[in-house]
Amino acid sequence: MTSVLRPLTRFGHWLATPLLPESYLELIDPLLGAGLRGRIEQVVRESEDAVSLEIRPNSRWQGARAGQYVRLGVDIDGVRHWRCYSVSSGDAGRDDSFTVTVRAIDGGHVSTWLNHYARAGMVLMLDQAAGEFVLPSGELPKLLFITAGSGITPVMGMLRSLAATGREADVVHLHYSPDEASNLFAGDRRGLALAHGWTSLTRLTRSHGDQHFCADQLQALCPDWRDRLAYVCGPQALMDAVSAHWDSADLVARLKQENFRPALKTVAAGAGGEVRFWHSGRAAEAAGDKPLLEVAEQAGLLPKHGCRMGICQGCLVTLKEGQVRDLTTGEIFGEAGDMVRICVCAAAGNVTLDL
Amino acid sequence: MTASLNLDKKMLAAARARRLPVDLTDEQVQQFGAEIEALRKRIMDSLGEKDARYIRRMIKTQRYLEIGGRGLLFAGILPPAWLAGTAMLGVAKILENMEIGHNVIHGQWDWMRDPEIHSSKWEWDNVCPSDQWQHSHNYMHHKWTNVVGMDRDVGYGILRMSERQPWHPAYLAQPVTNALLATFFQWGVALHDVEFERVLKGEKSFREAWGQLKHIGKKVRKQVIKDYVLFPLLAGPFFLPVLAGNITANLIRNLWAYMIIFCGHFPDGVEDFLPEDIENEDKAHWYLRQLLGSANIEGGPLMHIMSGNLSHQMEHHLFPDMPSNRYAEAAKEVRAICQKYGLPYNSKPLHRQFGSVLAKVMRLSLPNRAPKQAMVSA
Repeated sequence: MTSVLRPLTRFGHWLATPLLPESYLELIDPLLGAGLRGRIEQVVRESEDAVSLEIRPNSRWQGARAGQYVRLGVDIDGVRHWRCYSVSSGDAGRDDSFTVTVRAIDGGHVSTWLNHYARAGMVLMLDQAAGEFVLPSGELPKLLFITAGSGITPVMGMLRSLAATGREADVVHLHYSPDEASNLFAGDRRGLALAHGWTSLTRLTRSHGDQHFCADQLQALCPDWRDRLAYVCGPQALMDAVSAHWDSADLVARLKQENFRPALKTVAAGAGGEVRFWHSGRAAEAAGDKPLLEVAEQAGLLPKHGCRMGICQGCLVTLKEGQVRDLTTGEIFGEAGDMVRICVCAAAGNVTLDL
Repeated sequence: MTASLNLDKKMLAAARARRLPVDLTDEQVQQFGAEIEALRKRIMDSLGEKDARYIRRMIKTQRYLEIGGRGLLFAGILPPAWLAGTAMLGVAKILENMEIGHNVIHGQWDWMRDPEIHSSKWEWDNVCPSDQWQHSHNYMHHKWTNVVGMDRDVGYGILRMSERQPWHPAYLAQPVTNALLATFFQWGVALHDVEFERVLKGEKSFREAWGQLKHIGKKVRKQVIKDYVLFPLLAGPFFLPVLAGNITANLIRNLWAYMIIFCGHFPDGVEDFLPEDIENEDKAHWYLRQLLGSANIEGGPLMHIMSGNLSHQMEHHLFPDMPSNRYAEAAKEVRAICQKYGLPYNSKPLHRQFGSVLAKVMRLSLPNRAPKQAMVSA
């Protein structure tokens, strides 16, 4: 903000107290309200169960790099839900809109809702783009993208960024999809590959009975995979297979991974317990497989959090008493004073949190 | 119930049934509690889009009213504009404090997970800081409702509102004290949680009270600068009409809030309690005490909205974190449940409730005339 505006803003704060000037400005336009928000400009149906939302953020937006994700806050039945979605458009500057692509996943409350009800004009809450699943700066090494299902979205962003910026790149893209109907961005990918001389390979695992990812297949399709900087994004099975293969070749440093869904393993159902929230004095009964973040939210608290999948450390809370179960590994741990990721940890017995 | 006390359950139950002035067995009280709990669950489970729309629309309406009122006051040199502007601003402040602020701070809208309408974030347009209010009101008053000596809202530490509070000659001035409290209600509310009487008795450290006072001072500064300096200055030559309008709007809000709140717990027929009445109190008995210790105001939708739905004080005390727009629905069922168990349902028009409050203020400024018919428990 320029120095001329600052005294004016301060004056506005004195007039609007105890609210904010934004509390009144949003009567004119919801985008002028407090915090980072965006308006859906356009909804494009990509497949039967996937939509792209082009979102125009307000002036607080700091831009996104291709491959990053953005957290969207969506009000459903009056309740706000936050979910991360990968940016499927290329790089976006501070004044640019961006696009996320949302596939309705089984039992996915928010993704299903967005697929049914997202409309142009709707205003969503946003967080700044985040994530390290991005292209390196400077001269590009040879690249290999391995994607499956909606794991294509961040990679689509990177491909579009390469095309838009005209950066020279040697690209091999290996994509797995069950069938043609759910094969996202098929046309775009073909077009970009043709225009830029990239290799774009699609395996239709259900309709054509194509093989899933395996070492031999990779060797056949992309013999120089060892020389490439690799990116993988898709369901857990693919992530595990690819990282194991790179691990055995001692090349993990050359592999970038993006989990696009919380990788909560089905841990042998353990007992939960009573969760007490130290500061607020609230308490709730919690099942042994329910993330503490959700328990806290249902108890009416608003804990800080980020990815909701155990990767960003945005939700660390000090454990006061008791032990927790890490839902990604099943491990039970915890001593008073430990910082735990409440988005992927559940109560293992009675727990007190510093919330 | 504290299991470790290892008291005979039947004895306890008998003792409890005697303490509350109702003719119910312990079993009946438990059934009553279960029905109230079931009602609560049914309504809370049905919250959704419509409720969210209600509070958002209420907040929007309030902000338009405030802007409109302040705008009209800039033309306040014209008497009709001054009157309309002052009235609009007064109504805006009432809505903000009562239907929005009080209820948001109770956590009635926390289920929406919108940080802008959340009990942990809301700061209301009032000199009392929200966090101190949360302590004195949500905790002290709502948990210990009408327990003389524990609920400081029984007389607010300055009035004698129960026969069970010992009389003192200072209470002779009660009619005046009461009028002053009504006029400066927001200031009374702000200083309430400082608990001067406990500081004087040495039960609370001066240091703690001073910390609270500094916190209040910060809020006061902002509120006073806004209403009594900046907006009048912005009006330039019309400084005085705007200042007078703002003072009047705050006064309207003070008097109205005072009246509604006093009608909640002080009218005839509302019971008060002693600390020993609530020993070993369980949820069902807590519900019963909330019901017996509160009173409703009869009226239409406008009355309910303008009172922040404290016209449903009984439902508010049973379900302090239920969104206020649902109290009317809950009230029908609570009334039916009361009928079923032969419990009083104290709901009368404003003039009757407030009339009996004023009579009590007068009556209790004097010592108890004849010993009140002793409660069985006394």
